[in-house]
Amino acid sequence: MKKLTTLLTAGLLGGAMAISPAHADDMRIALVVKALGIGFFEAAAKGAEEAAAELGGVEIIYTGPTDTTAEGQIEVINSLIAQKVDAIAISANDQDALVPALKKAMNRGITVISWDSGVAPEGRQMHLNPSSNPLIGNMIVKMAADHLPDGGDVAVLSASATATNQNIWIEEMNKVVGNYEGINVVATVYGDDLSDKSYREAQGLMSSHPDLKAIIAPTSVGIVAAAQAVSDAGKAGEILVTGLGLPSEMAAHVDSGASKSFAIWNPIDLGYAATMISYNLAKGEATAAAGGEIGMGRLGAVQLSDSLDGAMADPFVYDASNINDFKEIF
Amino acid sequence: MSSFKFSRDVLLAFALVALVALVYTRFPEFASVKSLSGVFNDTSILIILALGQMAVILTRCIDLSMASNLALVGMCTAMLNAAIPALPIPLLVVIAMLLGALLGCINGLLVWKLDIPPIVVTLGTLTIFRGIIFLISDGQWVNAHEMSPAFKALPRAHFLGLPVLSWFAIVSILGMFVLLTRTAQGRALYAVGGHPNAAVYTGINVGRTRFNAFVLSGALSGVAGYLWVSRYAVAYVDIAAGFELDVVAACVIGGISIAGGIGSVAGAVLGALFLGVIKNALPVVNISPFWQQAISGSAIIIAVIFNARSERRVGRIILKKAEQV
Repeated sequence: MKKLTTLLTAGLLGGAMAISPAHADDMRIALVVKALGIGFFEAAAKGAEEAAAELGGVEIIYTGPTDTTAEGQIEVINSLIAQKVDAIAISANDQDALVPALKKAMNRGITVISWDSGVAPEGRQMHLNPSSNPLIGNMIVKMAADHLPDGGDVAVLSASATATNQNIWIEEMNKVVGNYEGINVVATVYGDDLSDKSYREAQGLMSSHPDLKAIIAPTSVGIVAAAQAVSDAGKAGEILVTGLGLPSEMAAHVDSGASKSFAIWNPIDLGYAATMISYNLAKGEATAAAGGEIGMGRLGAVQLSDSLDGAMADPFVYDASNINDFKEIF
Repeated sequence: MSSFKFSRDVLLAFALVALVALVYTRFPEFASVKSLSGVFNDTSILIILALGQMAVILTRCIDLSMASNLALVGMCTAMLNAAIPALPIPLLVVIAMLLGALLGCINGLLVWKLDIPPIVVTLGTLTIFRGIIFLISDGQWVNAHEMSPAFKALPRAHFLGLPVLSWFAIVSILGMFVLLTRTAQGRALYAVGGHPNAAVYTGINVGRTRFNAFVLSGALSGVAGYLWVSRYAVAYVDIAAGFELDVVAACVIGGISIAGGIGSVAGAVLGALFLGVIKNALPVVNISPFWQQAISGSAIIIAVIFNARSERRVGRIILKKAEQV
């Protein structure tokens, strides 16, 4: 119901704006999402509003199709072009299909960036990734180390042995594990993103490594299964479960004490950063060039790579202090 | 004849003990009572499903939709619990069983009334049931904090030293044993699979018997659906994806003939436990994940080779009296 109201309000606001354009000097930034009604994106819109309030003289048009299709987004983009917005920040449903429509927008002088889910380089000025592989690899081991001042044995519970992103994150983690004194990675096991297999692998880790202090699972099915296995074994608080997961999926396990903290992108920050970058590009205060930097307000600046993409920040850490605010969001 | 069946199950039991002994040499703690009862508990859901699958396979059919049925009923019970937390859990278990039976009915009717090959019917419903989960859940997860504490507590509660999840399996085993060895319906399952034409002459309705087998496997899948979702405290579209193959594998290892008419409750249980021991042992004996799948696969093939050889030697006589005449 709350979602519906938000949707209706967003629709009404959008409609009102289309009828009576706001002050001519206002900058209008469109935040285009994969689909309306998804908690993650509603949270991003909240961040965008925060950025708009901070900047002043900025209006956010939060919009998107009703289902996650490229066709729907193309329609939305065309109507935004007709409304002559100043900037479009999009989380794309298809990295190639949107390119022609977005090119058209850029030809009309509209600033176009993609965030969260990217568009091919020719269809945007820059892309904002929520984080980067080295930052994720570092964060997953840092969260374990932060709760283990005396160090100890930790093990990794991954998805399948052939999952590319998992392997990259674990590789990045192993590169920096030496920076955390006393942290010793004793095993890497694979739960194949199946609840039952992940659960058994977590049980196996507990019995074959009696001194295990933490299980790091950079996968959402794995972290939930590991947390459940640890609580069922009566070892909540004794063995720490951390990694990457969603607040809604992990809320109960943070309550039970099986997990003290875990990380994932913060959608509010993401919407905030996308808005700040759009503003700076549209105002001409920064240009999207390889190796360049674009300011993101309170989040510092994003450094662009050769393919004109950049990482926003470390994954955001969720724990008992903030989980209740986020568990309803995504 | 009965001595052969006896020895086959005993042989499998020995293989199981040998397997546990092998793991013991690598990881002694595995053979402790606590660890083994943990393995039984972990295998409970597989045992329940294998018993249902056995009833279907005995009638020369196969039910590939069991895991999808489990997932769909699991999602329904989780959503029901999230929406009405006050609903008593025993009632929810009954609802899960009825819902599962209803899905089994669909399979059964298609096989019985339209005479479509069971493998085709259940391949179809396998996908349909998964699709329905997506439709009702909109791809969203039902998470642990949305489930009521009682919903999650039932399979973990202890009764006479064993978790309730294990008791579900034990009750299913006893129920199935009584059904197959002490009732006319149970004998009908064997008769229909052993020789459908002969079964018709004895007055057995072949289609109806198959229908009953599908309803039974559906009902057991439904109960397993609740157990799965509450055990892992999460419900999403892909739960138990591919698990139907484990269930068929457990039956095959347990000596239940895919050609129908041959099999025992002990075989199905031992077959499921055999897989369960492998699944639980592999994580602790530290074997590469790539080898794990190969090892599980080899166990199945070896079991099938063994079954094929023994079936060739001994036929099954379903009507002893008639033959003596």
